[in-house]
Amino acid sequence: MASAQATAPPVVTAVRPHRSRTVPAWVWALPPVAVLGLVFLYPLGLVVQESLAPGAYAEVLASASFRDALVTTVWLAVGATVGCLVLGFVLALIVAFVPFPGAKAVSRFIDVFLSFPSFLITLALLFVYGTVGMANGLWTGATGADAVSDGPFHFLTTPWGVLLAEITYFTPFVMRPLLAAFSQLDTAQLEVASSLGARPARIVRRVILPEVLPALAAGGSLVLVMCLNEFGIVLFTGAKGVTTLPMLVYSQAILESDYAAACVVAVVNVALSVGLYAVYRVVSRRAGA
Amino acid sequence: MTSGIRFDGVTVRYGDTTVLDALTLTVEPGEVMALLGPSGSGKTTALRTVAGFVTPSAGRVHIGDRDVTDLPPYKRGIGMVVQQYALFPHLRVDENVAFGLKARKHPRAEIPGRVAEALEMTGMGAYARRHPRELSGGQQQRVAIARALAIRPDVLLLDEPLSALDAQLRSGMLAELARLHRELPDVSILYVTHDQVEALTLADRISVMDRARLQDCGTPQELYRRPRTAFTASFVGNANLLPVRVGPDGVDLAGTALKVPVGDAAPGAAATLCVRPHLIGLGEGPNALRGRIAEVQWRGATHRLYVDVDGHRVKADVRELRDTPPLGSEVTLHFAPEDAVLLAAGVNDG
Repeated sequence: MASAQATAPPVVTAVRPHRSRTVPAWVWALPPVAVLGLVFLYPLGLVVQESLAPGAYAEVLASASFRDALVTTVWLAVGATVGCLVLGFVLALIVAFVPFPGAKAVSRFIDVFLSFPSFLITLALLFVYGTVGMANGLWTGATGADAVSDGPFHFLTTPWGVLLAEITYFTPFVMRPLLAAFSQLDTAQLEVASSLGARPARIVRRVILPEVLPALAAGGSLVLVMCLNEFGIVLFTGAKGVTTLPMLVYSQAILESDYAAACVVAVVNVALSVGLYAVYRVVSRRAGA
Repeated sequence: MTSGIRFDGVTVRYGDTTVLDALTLTVEPGEVMALLGPSGSGKTTALRTVAGFVTPSAGRVHIGDRDVTDLPPYKRGIGMVVQQYALFPHLRVDENVAFGLKARKHPRAEIPGRVAEALEMTGMGAYARRHPRELSGGQQQRVAIARALAIRPDVLLLDEPLSALDAQLRSGMLAELARLHRELPDVSILYVTHDQVEALTLADRISVMDRARLQDCGTPQELYRRPRTAFTASFVGNANLLPVRVGPDGVDLAGTALKVPVGDAAPGAAATLCVRPHLIGLGEGPNALRGRIAEVQWRGATHRLYVDVDGHRVKADVRELRDTPPLGSEVTLHFAPEDAVLLAAGVNDG
């Protein structure tokens, strides 16, 4: 110990002359900042600048279509997030704690699922519940109706269809951090809880849930932000009747060439995402996560 | 109401591996039974069959008059304390202790009183509002014990409860546990440990386990003074085990005649002579053994001598020597005839 202290000062003095020849630290920050500015900040700046065209905000914010899209976007995102949290928590509990053959395979499949493009899920749902999908086919086969499109399943083009697709696609994003958190749980705690007389439901509520809350919040906030900005799923399923903010940006910019309006919607969408993320950070820090 | 624990031919198998082999054992009401053995001996598995975390492949487990073999853990009414405390980190100390009472739907109004009582009993009354992370290891274990006692269990399962604590804390907690047991004389305690000092200090009886089997069971004095198996003799107190042949009024150790009580052992039979290291003296005396010093260890108050006697290594703990004999020097050891125990089975040198 004493010898280490004795040798420490010469090391420091040896570094000093060397340091003057090295490149200042801020130089190393330049390339990433330049790339970030070029591909992200500059285009974002252009969007904001475009949105500031005279009267653009007043016009867009006053329009019914914008307000409808805003409401639809928020309730779909919140609904899908709640659905993903509930479904993801239950499924992750089963995968982690109910011993069944193939639990490991399921857990690995979730990793693969995360890499799937969102429209793939939507496409699969179209095959099953779409107007001319399998469910309607079975129905018409059973009832002898004339055309497949007479079947009872037409909800995919409604907000409920979007909700179903988003929950299906985003649930694994909640499960992944949850499964990691479950694997960190001390099984002795669960055993002691049960020996003290707690039934499984109480153990889940009073021991497991409080301890994985940070993971649940992380997964939930990720899904919330992703749902707010989801485009592919809405385009594939709800195209007819469901308009969200990203859809509105798309239709204003590409279909109507109204760039100013599109940029206003985009800025609102960005503000919404960042705002909700900020709320999440504040809440999670208060919760001690 | 008091109730003990009864293992009735309890066997636990995982595939081809038997981790607990036909354990039959009774823990009397109010008794402290230590399950003592090396790791992998099946002692923790035995405890877990009582708690309900392991289902026996064969045999039954009873708590009092109840056959609990097929009951889920939460219906067994057991207090349990484990090595790593397993406190609920998000709950305060008092909430941890109240957990079992709430889970068992105890009348709400009585819970604070019961929590305070359990915390007082373990000396943690002043820490009720703290979180587990603000406590030391010893304090956390006290809270874990309070949590187990709060539900007033008939049976308390302690699974290596002191193994995570340092030596000084451990001896303090050992005294605490002994005091708690005096205050709660009706609680049956199953105490799993690999530490013979804990078992000897605390237990009314000790069950020695090895390789999934119960090897020996008796009071600490019986096991220490009159072990029935070579494993018990070496695991409890680290005895010398010497292969001998029974003679007319003693035994023969590689040509040296020794006077020891032979009981009803048949003359000419192979046997194992068991002598505790601290009962062997240095110098001339009855039952003298001549040998050469192979190793000397200083242990503060004593010296541990390893002496090679006719090809057998004998351990002797003698009071601290002023002049330690040099390695290789010839010494004489002796022991009183009544301090030796003759075991039936022949063994190799322990």
